[in-house]
Amino acid sequence: MTFPLQDLLTILPELIVIGTACLILALDPILEATKKDVLAWLTLGALAMCIGLTSSQMTGRVSAFSGMVVIDAYAAFWKLLLYIVTGLTVLLSLAYLKAERLSIGEYYGFILLALAGMMVMVSGADLLTIYLGTELMSLSLYVMAGLKRTEARSLEASAKYFVLGAFSSGVLLYGISLLFGLAGSTGLSAIAAAITAHGTGDPLLSLALVLLAVGFGFKMAVVPFHMWTPDVYQGAPTSVTAFMAVASKAASFGAFLRVFVEGLGAASADWSVLFTVVCLATLALGNLVAIVQTNIKRMLAYSSIAHAGYALIGVVVAGGHSGEGASTGFASVLLYIAIYSFMTLGAFALVGMLRKEGQESDQIEDYAGLAKREPLAAFFMLVFLVSLAGIPPTAGFIGKFYIFMAAVNGGMTWLAIVAVIFAAISAFYYLRIVMVMYMREAEGSIATHSRLETSPALSLVLACALAGVVLLGLFPNGLWSLASQAAPLLK
Amino acid sequence: MAVPLSYYLILSGFVFLTGVVGVLIRRNIIVILLSVELMLNATNINFVAFSEYFHNVAGQVFVFFALTVAAAEVAVGLAIIIALHRAHSSIYIDDLNLLKR
Repeated sequence: MTFPLQDLLTILPELIVIGTACLILALDPILEATKKDVLAWLTLGALAMCIGLTSSQMTGRVSAFSGMVVIDAYAAFWKLLLYIVTGLTVLLSLAYLKAERLSIGEYYGFILLALAGMMVMVSGADLLTIYLGTELMSLSLYVMAGLKRTEARSLEASAKYFVLGAFSSGVLLYGISLLFGLAGSTGLSAIAAAITAHGTGDPLLSLALVLLAVGFGFKMAVVPFHMWTPDVYQGAPTSVTAFMAVASKAASFGAFLRVFVEGLGAASADWSVLFTVVCLATLALGNLVAIVQTNIKRMLAYSSIAHAGYALIGVVVAGGHSGEGASTGFASVLLYIAIYSFMTLGAFALVGMLRKEGQESDQIEDYAGLAKREPLAAFFMLVFLVSLAGIPPTAGFIGKFYIFMAAVNGGMTWLAIVAVIFAAISAFYYLRIVMVMYMREAEGSIATHSRLETSPALSLVLACALAGVVLLGLFPNGLWSLASQAAPLLK
Repeated sequence: MAVPLSYYLILSGFVFLTGVVGVLIRRNIIVILLSVELMLNATNINFVAFSEYFHNVAGQVFVFFALTVAAAEVAVGLAIIIALHRAHSSIYIDDLNLLKR
């Protein structure tokens, strides 16, 4: 069996990422412990090549490997976002691994393997490729969560993530097998055709729909499938947490939209009701439970659950419409996740590098008096938190604005109002940290206060995240036009 | 005489539910891992049965991929369980309670 060269060229970015990952795994044992940074630069080089290649695939719709993979502006949008957040994660890891005294070269290999899985997820046009991508991503992330092998918390996070992740994959796969039974094929277009031909009344279809929603719900961390999120985000090394919170969520949303729109679009009346309930539960639980957290990583975990809820509003609105209304809804989801990525990554970068006595200081108490000790770090945190709360002129406001506009234009004003109320509640717990940083004095001796461990790589990460949050807040048109170019390709 | 499709689906549904209940009520991570394997194998029964029903080989190809993924999952899972046992001296879900506050 041979593959046409054209097909291989189409997936060149994926091949580069996987090839570099293998190269890193091979180089790791022969490199001295002090020279592991080379592997990070190798990773960044591969990402730069991929950005160039994927940017040239923004137009048209190319399908490869007998319709298993599709490359279009929609896939390219997610891939570019994934390259950027992966690059920032690698830079953050350079600083973070040094501070934690972890010299593990294969870490970068796992990041690239996870990225390859995510890329396959967002450009898969067949449930087989989407499933394989999801698994490649998840297996790499299980290992990365447990990377601090000597620390019981990290391993506990890894084990919990593994058990629930494997369970959700099993549920997802069962849903896929039922869809195969309905359509006689696992291709998304064939499934769409079968649903149009048979109608949506089939109980087997409803069951498959629910099972797929559960499977993707776990990966996107929406209520009621969120219970792993706080534990895993808290226990995993912070650079890995940032990667999970941002990249894995983005890829899961990308694959989720592709499956539910291109494959199950004809049943959108059914699933938009389902996701309205999920969306309301996610908004309520994420925002309310975040209030009582005392650990900032757990708080950001609940905040990331809540943000998935805001993004789901766009999905629900788009599911209830066709044509123009649907495209605007999906475009607002794409925009929201992209903006969410920058602010969450920035916040986690600061959380990982604020340290005392060689340890991460992840209690909210540790942030007391930060504005006096580290004025610049406190200011960066302020911007990220204000953006997460959705206050203008930051990007977080723009993201929420487009989502709420889509809801109002789509005739779901009540949903927008509910979401605004929850956004107001969320301002309480984000601004509480700002208050702790700026208004409270630190207690105890100076040696026990948390300080920011600066390094050029960390400065670059923070600068990029801040630039993303501020510039996208002031000039959102470029990103919006990219998102609204990508969204109509879902059909 | 061929066995009707519905028999396979009832069997796979039963195996799948056994797996789900096992994941939910068992406390030992290795037993949970076995239950997940039951869920994946229930899926394989479905794929093979539908593949035979439609005379479409794609379902059986999917089974190969699912088996491979399941093997990779077990490899990663057992590695995590061994590391966990070294750090915690326990592989019971109830003993994993460091991450709360």
